[in-house]
Amino acid sequence: MASIYLDHNATTPVRPEVYDAMEPFFRVRFGNASSIHRYGQEARSAVEEARSRVAGLVNARPSEIYFTSGGTESDNLALKGIAYTRRAFGRHIITTNIEHSAVLNSCGFLEREGFEVTYLPVDEYGRIDPGQVADALTDHTILISIMHANNEIGTVQPVGEIGRIARDNGVCFHTDAVQSAGKLPVDVEAMHADLLSLSGHKIYGPKGVGAIYIRNGVEIEPTAHGGHHENDVRSGTENTVGIVGLGKAAELAAEEREREFRNLSEMRDALEARIRFEIDGVRINGHPERRLPGTLNVSFSGAEGDSLIMSLDLAGIAVSTGSACTSGAIEPSHVLLALGRDPRTALGSVRFSFGHDNTMEDVDYVMSRLPGIVSRLREVSAAQVPG
Amino acid sequence: MYSSTVMDHFRSPRNVGDLPDADGVGNAGNPISGNTIALYLRIADGTVTDAKFRTFGCAASIAASSMVTEWLIGRTTEQAAAIENKTIADALGGLPPTKMHCSAMAADGVRTAIEDYRNRQDANPKDEYEAGKRQSY
Repeated sequence: MASIYLDHNATTPVRPEVYDAMEPFFRVRFGNASSIHRYGQEARSAVEEARSRVAGLVNARPSEIYFTSGGTESDNLALKGIAYTRRAFGRHIITTNIEHSAVLNSCGFLEREGFEVTYLPVDEYGRIDPGQVADALTDHTILISIMHANNEIGTVQPVGEIGRIARDNGVCFHTDAVQSAGKLPVDVEAMHADLLSLSGHKIYGPKGVGAIYIRNGVEIEPTAHGGHHENDVRSGTENTVGIVGLGKAAELAAEEREREFRNLSEMRDALEARIRFEIDGVRINGHPERRLPGTLNVSFSGAEGDSLIMSLDLAGIAVSTGSACTSGAIEPSHVLLALGRDPRTALGSVRFSFGHDNTMEDVDYVMSRLPGIVSRLREVSAAQVPG
Repeated sequence: MYSSTVMDHFRSPRNVGDLPDADGVGNAGNPISGNTIALYLRIADGTVTDAKFRTFGCAASIAASSMVTEWLIGRTTEQAAAIENKTIADALGGLPPTKMHCSAMAADGVRTAIEDYRNRQDANPKDEYEAGKRQSY
């Protein structure tokens, strides 16, 4: 049976080069990076090399990169860390209504702690206008947190302009770049970012490791207190194996980004064009141009998303509705609702996300099965297809 | 995640369609924001003789709808009206806790269809068996 993975925004396989780089650190080079002896030195030098690689991916200095357990921890650290450090200066935070749940739920927590959060609404393509950010600023604003690219629809935000507004107003700017790293240019200087979140497993590194960029001079209160690791930002013995994997993944991502962008765009655009041409009653979600290269989110009227995914899975095609983190919940995607989609349309949406190992043959295979699956589910629901 | 029975009914749903001359029609679910079922019943002598459905929903909703049509055929209206969602879930070999609402929707569809049938009988009794029984209450 076919086995086609089109869910790279959920997670990616570890690249062989990454695996090979990690392997010695399980058993042979197992030292604690804080130990003084040669085992420790070996681990320390590997951790610092990885730090340079990650810094290189986002145009930061190595001293501005701190390793974490992943995107969720980095987002939590950024929001809570800044909120606690700066609360004497104000208690207002600006974000959007389409952020990842790691940001939205951290904001919810901070609201319960007495902070005030403005959730900016996006337009029908999922974009924020920088003017909205400027208008939402108050004398009490301490942090703006706006994602670089959305995980469900791929829409890319004008983070450079938003960062400029933050910088001009003396407000911290955090961006969640978990989905964009390795796919788009990510440059903390061009973005005027003070904090930025990254994850290993979205860029062909291992799960359980990520990083946060914190601009030199920006102080944050840690969420885990302990043995002063990672310059006291994130205590806990360094996950050397994971960090080495993230470093190698970051190196490959930086080297291959432009080629990946072209390949992913080509496959995505081909699938999008064929779906539009061969299936009635479809709507593409996300910005037509300002979008992650491999991401395609489509609403099929009259066919429900979970049923589509199960049917595609039975045909050997792995995709998802919106975010893997919220599967199991019955509610329609908060991102699609934010675009103004009605709940029924939002429920009938599927996200295809291409990756390194996909080919044009995969697009052909999807199109050999998808139209039949959609019409079968429409037959079951007796949906009238508009147009 | 799903039992083999759920997957079987999802892959090959039984009794998909509608009955233009149905004796009872039941609509359930949330047409604005969620899954929906339309259930069509043909009833003779107080017994369901045919059942068809249309469902917009997840794999569990479609499987529950398909299963409930099979369960209904041959049951009396009393049995149908007393259906519980657990009966459907059990017949499907169980459902994950987050999907129990799918069997509840199918059960709601059955109860609504039987209610519709009885209302029609009250308004215009054509089924003498059912009408006679009701008069004896």
